[in-house]
Amino acid sequence: MADGRSQVKRRAGARLWLSATWLGLLVLGAVFAPLIAPQDPLAQDLFGARLPPFWEAGADAAFPLGSDSLGRDVLSRIIHGARIALGVALIAGTLTCLIGSGLGLIAGYFRGWPDMVISRLVDIWMAFPPVLFAILLIAVLGTGLSSIIIAIVVIDWTRFARVIRAEAMSQGAMDYVASAQVAGRKRFSILLAEILPNVLPTIVVLLTLEMGIAVIVEAILSFVNLSISTDQPTWGSMIAEGRLSIHQAWWVLVFPLVTLFLTVLSFSQLGEGLKDHFDPVLR
Amino acid sequence: MSFLTIENLNAEVGPAPILRDVSLSVAAGEVRGLVGESGAGKSMIGKAVLGTLPSAIEISSGRIVLEGEDLQAMRPRDRRRVIGAKAALIPQDPLTALNPSRRVGPQITDRLVDILGWTRHDAQTRALELLDEVQIPEPERVMRAYPHELSGGMRQRILIASAFAAEPRLIIADEPTTALDVTVQKQILKLIRQMQARHGTALLFVTHDLGVVSKICQSLSVLFGGKVLEDTSVGDFFARPAHPYSAALLAATPKYTDPEASLTPVPETVIEAVQAEIEAHDRRQDHV
Amino acid sequence: MTLIRRILLRLLTMAITLFGVAVIVFFVIRVVPGNPIAMMLPPGAGEEDIARLKALYGLDKTIPEQFVIWLSGVLQGDFGTSITTRQPVLALVLSRLPATLELSVVALVIAVAIGGTLALTGTRLRGTRSEGAIDVANGMALSVPDFLWGLVLILLFGVLWPVFHISGRVSPSLDLPFVTNFYLFESVLRLRFDIWADLVAHMFMPALALAIPLAAIIAQLLKQSLKETMHLDYVTLSRTKGYGENHVITREALPNAVLPTLTLIGVQFTFLIGGTVIIERLFSYEGLGNMAIDAVINRDLPLIQGIVILFALIFSVVNLVVDLTYAALNPRLRHG
Repeated sequence: MADGRSQVKRRAGARLWLSATWLGLLVLGAVFAPLIAPQDPLAQDLFGARLPPFWEAGADAAFPLGSDSLGRDVLSRIIHGARIALGVALIAGTLTCLIGSGLGLIAGYFRGWPDMVISRLVDIWMAFPPVLFAILLIAVLGTGLSSIIIAIVVIDWTRFARVIRAEAMSQGAMDYVASAQVAGRKRFSILLAEILPNVLPTIVVLLTLEMGIAVIVEAILSFVNLSISTDQPTWGSMIAEGRLSIHQAWWVLVFPLVTLFLTVLSFSQLGEGLKDHFDPVLR
Repeated sequence: MSFLTIENLNAEVGPAPILRDVSLSVAAGEVRGLVGESGAGKSMIGKAVLGTLPSAIEISSGRIVLEGEDLQAMRPRDRRRVIGAKAALIPQDPLTALNPSRRVGPQITDRLVDILGWTRHDAQTRALELLDEVQIPEPERVMRAYPHELSGGMRQRILIASAFAAEPRLIIADEPTTALDVTVQKQILKLIRQMQARHGTALLFVTHDLGVVSKICQSLSVLFGGKVLEDTSVGDFFARPAHPYSAALLAATPKYTDPEASLTPVPETVIEAVQAEIEAHDRRQDHV
Repeated sequence: MTLIRRILLRLLTMAITLFGVAVIVFFVIRVVPGNPIAMMLPPGAGEEDIARLKALYGLDKTIPEQFVIWLSGVLQGDFGTSITTRQPVLALVLSRLPATLELSVVALVIAVAIGGTLALTGTRLRGTRSEGAIDVANGMALSVPDFLWGLVLILLFGVLWPVFHISGRVSPSLDLPFVTNFYLFESVLRLRFDIWADLVAHMFMPALALAIPLAAIIAQLLKQSLKETMHLDYVTLSRTKGYGENHVITREALPNAVLPTLTLIGVQFTFLIGGTVIIERLFSYEGLGNMAIDAVINRDLPLIQGIVILFALIFSVVNLVVDLTYAALNPRLRHG
């Protein structure tokens, strides 16, 4: 029994470290993109179009992961794409977290009419297909980074509100809250001083997961050509292009796809790993 | 003849012994009590016989013989069938021992049809007879009911009927009255005794309650730390317990004749003495 | 609570939710900066033409007025006219609905089959290395959304080992004798298994992509509740009756463990249907979702409204059905 448990912990630890390492590399790549990227991600060269990756015949060492149908360097575009992906993840994730958790805390702790209103809203939100909702919002707001961020916040706040509301409710029913109330403390200060620290681990886990979701949403929106202006390199637009030329140049699809896959997987594994880490009884 | 014989049974979780050299037997028509405090291993013996030990517990040596058939020597599939045909369990908690999503009837008849190959009709008739025998009114209606529609006492009667359905040689009752109200306890105890006597079944009665033992058993085994300390008849046990621990246990039990009398818990010194005895036993085992 | 009251209450909340969706969609769309009318007219059209067309689509009235007109139309089954195709929205939407429903249901069946099998196998093999392997694969499947699985499948079965079609719903060369748009269903009824096989070869990958994350969720939750159930007394009792592990898992534990999973499948099925939007796009599958994205890109307001309302209606109906199934399957609720 004891052996099995430590094995589970070790596996959880390994997956936490692997995810963190990948995301760390990605952050470095994004920050130093102009220094690292071998080429200008926007430079087109129709004579150097669809160069294969370095290990295949006919490759050009200056384009280690090959080039797309306009002759743009795949690796450089992936590195520059990380800027948008991670930027969206960070900003949209944080904003969604703040708004969703805030509403969840209010609904769960104060109950009454705020809870009624917020819960009703959550129900209505759940009746929207999220991807359709996102596309609709982008159509209304126009393309651009800020539109994507607003769309993600508007769609995904319920994810936090639902979970945090339930947690705040169960925390609010605990004895320590009752005794703080008896002691005459203001309800709002109890919310911040007693409830918030106890739901914070959950918020952190949800935030990590949300960042992965934001990356995916951004990729999906650029895939349907509704994200940023078309000349910005994004993973989603690279995938959309690779999908079209899949039979001629598989690498244009495969490399951004692998990058996106690993990134989404890492955020999610990091979130799950943190969940286990915070949970003292290991589920 | 003896329907159940356990010889030198040893079981462990990893290196920690759970059962130490347990030997006992139950003859046809005999009721044997298996007595001890919680953690003494009394339930483990029942589980070992019925093949429901948790997977972490392994039987390392010894024999369990059910009406002449050595269970340990069998392939798992055959062992299951033999146990299903010859033995049955009356479980501790009637509220959790019936499947909430199945009607009561099939839970009585399933063994007869699936394991013993009876026709559905015969099994149905048999179940109705048994429900009648355990004094359940309107057996037809009860057969169609779901467990949650019935009271705890009713459910325990159904479980008793189910246990006797296949005319087993051996029934293991695992604290069958602990989860019930005191008033219901007496009726259920009486019912088990009656059914056992009528069917001539061997009954292994696992309990921590010496009062129950005095009412229902003819013989008993006293357990501590997975070891049988004393194997004796009920009359002898209550008159002159042989082992110091038995005596202490008896002194710690309220008397029906004098429930107000002051009780002495089992003294520390006695417990230490028994533990020393068990350690000595383990050392002997290691030397062999 | 009786079943009737339960249904009525659910219908009421459903109506409120749908109304909320209608309001939000209607007003969000009215903020659209682009002018859909301008896109419909040839360049150089006069102010009069624009005004005439606006009047035709009711866009000259105030927004609340438009909403009342639109809503009363909707209640009579009139969802307006699509701006781009100039066909009634209801007819357009209903012509695409069968494709999306077939895709979603096939995906659900695949998810339940894979998830159920994994849960049962994992329970059967609990404590072994194989169980660990199943858990790891499950964790991966859970972490990655359907969109990415779709792309992975395209690479695997479209390029590396091209056995399935990567785009469309049916091969255009086939002559379809169908009267409904439920091709998959009707091809079986008409015994046209050649067409059926072609449909399946098109549908397999999008359906599998949609199914993988749901399968993983089903496997995880069902296995967890199965393992908890396996410790219960009635399972032990069943073992003593002579039943083997397989019987005990499927007959005793499964019916009780399946209830929480069932509610979860309901919620998750609506997510799956929501996923069809992007998956249909990815596989150029001619369903509602693909149509929705086109409608958004073309700013076809009436069509967008119609599709979103229809999706919301499907979601609500699915939730209602799940709730009632749950009540019907749980004997305690049925008699309570």
